[in-house]
Amino acid sequence: MSWRPTLFVLAAAFVAVFLEASIGFFRNLLGAQIDLLPALMVYTALTLGFTSILLLAVCGGLWFDSLSLNPLGASVLPLLLIGILIYRSRELLLREHLPAQLILGVAAGAAQPLGTLFICLNAGARPLLGWVSLWQWIVMAAGSGVATPLCFKLFDRLRRALEYQPATQTSFRPDREIKRGRS
Amino acid sequence: MLKKSHYIILIFVVLLVLVLLQLPGGTMGKLKLAISGLFLPLFGLSSSTHEWLGQAKEGLVPRRELLRQIDQLRLDNQQLQLRLQQEAQIWNENARLRGEVGWQRQIRWRLALARVIARDPANWWRSLEIDLGSRDGLRTNLAVLTSDGLVGRVQSVGETRSLVVLLGDPNLRVAAVVGGSTNETGIIGANVSAPQEEGMIDLDLLSGAGSVRPGQSVVTWGAGGVFPAGIPIGKIVDIRPKEYGLSTEARVKLAADLSALEEVWVMLP
Repeated sequence: MSWRPTLFVLAAAFVAVFLEASIGFFRNLLGAQIDLLPALMVYTALTLGFTSILLLAVCGGLWFDSLSLNPLGASVLPLLLIGILIYRSRELLLREHLPAQLILGVAAGAAQPLGTLFICLNAGARPLLGWVSLWQWIVMAAGSGVATPLCFKLFDRLRRALEYQPATQTSFRPDREIKRGRS
Repeated sequence: MLKKSHYIILIFVVLLVLVLLQLPGGTMGKLKLAISGLFLPLFGLSSSTHEWLGQAKEGLVPRRELLRQIDQLRLDNQQLQLRLQQEAQIWNENARLRGEVGWQRQIRWRLALARVIARDPANWWRSLEIDLGSRDGLRTNLAVLTSDGLVGRVQSVGETRSLVVLLGDPNLRVAAVVGGSTNETGIIGANVSAPQEEGMIDLDLLSGAGSVRPGQSVVTWGAGGVFPAGIPIGKIVDIRPKEYGLSTEARVKLAADLSALEEVWVMLP
């Protein structure tokens, strides 16, 4: 198994959490920050293996929580659950289809904050919730839906650029070669 | 598709997360600051890029404009010097009178300038990270403010960075007093009804007497020992009765703009 795709995904998760903490563009424009980790998890679960899912959930979740008032570890379990659920049924999912990527991205983006909030509330934290949280939830789900196909495009292109391409098979067969002239 | 070994690893991870969730607040805060320390090179890079862009922008300002700004700053400086002299006289007089009456001497604010390096990526909290820590004399529960007014409180402190809870977060409550002639006191809490209004917070537990009016200023009361009295918080926008008129709740427009914070002052002990 090549570790390179896993390292790319982890690096992307690291940069995504950094951008979420340092750039307030979406927060100022839409009133909600978009989380890119669910989109990355959809890509990882449909493309890479169990170890990659586990590493992304643990590292991504801990990085996210370390910059937030979330109890440490609150984001890990929802991410892991999303990854495992997609991984278990990935042979039934049409990985290459844009609608499938969009729907999975929206579902993951909607499930992640709900799971995290559930854990936060059970851990005794009192997050800021109101009617506007519904709007933020919609923005997060939609943002994740848009980000998922972009993740697929970006990482697939990166893989094609950095990995050996499979040798193409030619139609030439030496045993069927017609040899001209006298042998 | 999942093997037996996978299930064992999953159980281990779940148990690890449960242990993390049960950590005491102080330990969790330190662990968080340690993990978020991994982002320091990126934050440093971002900060230096920001500075470089600022300098590049300043390089484009015409000389005439710079000279005009220098003149303006010189004028402001002279006015502030005069005000400082006046304030020093008032301070001495206040200290002398307090001594005569036998009241406790007021302590001058010691402030440290901190740069905001990150904001909470989750939508359901209001917090940020600053670049000062225990090395700079910070400890938990110190007031954080700007020149406009109160911003929040230091929640946890690392060696070089600290986490600040902002006004409007459910974890921060401030005893406040409505200025003017009313002396009405209340508790500043989260604006749960409309948390999207980042510049708005609720002032709860005011008396139902109806002496509070829109436009009045709200400052810290000083009760509780965390925030010294007299730090501006904001202005009353509107008032609504609560609990069948037994108490009043007011919406307060914050004096400091929390969405555009780049530098803050931490009030040192």
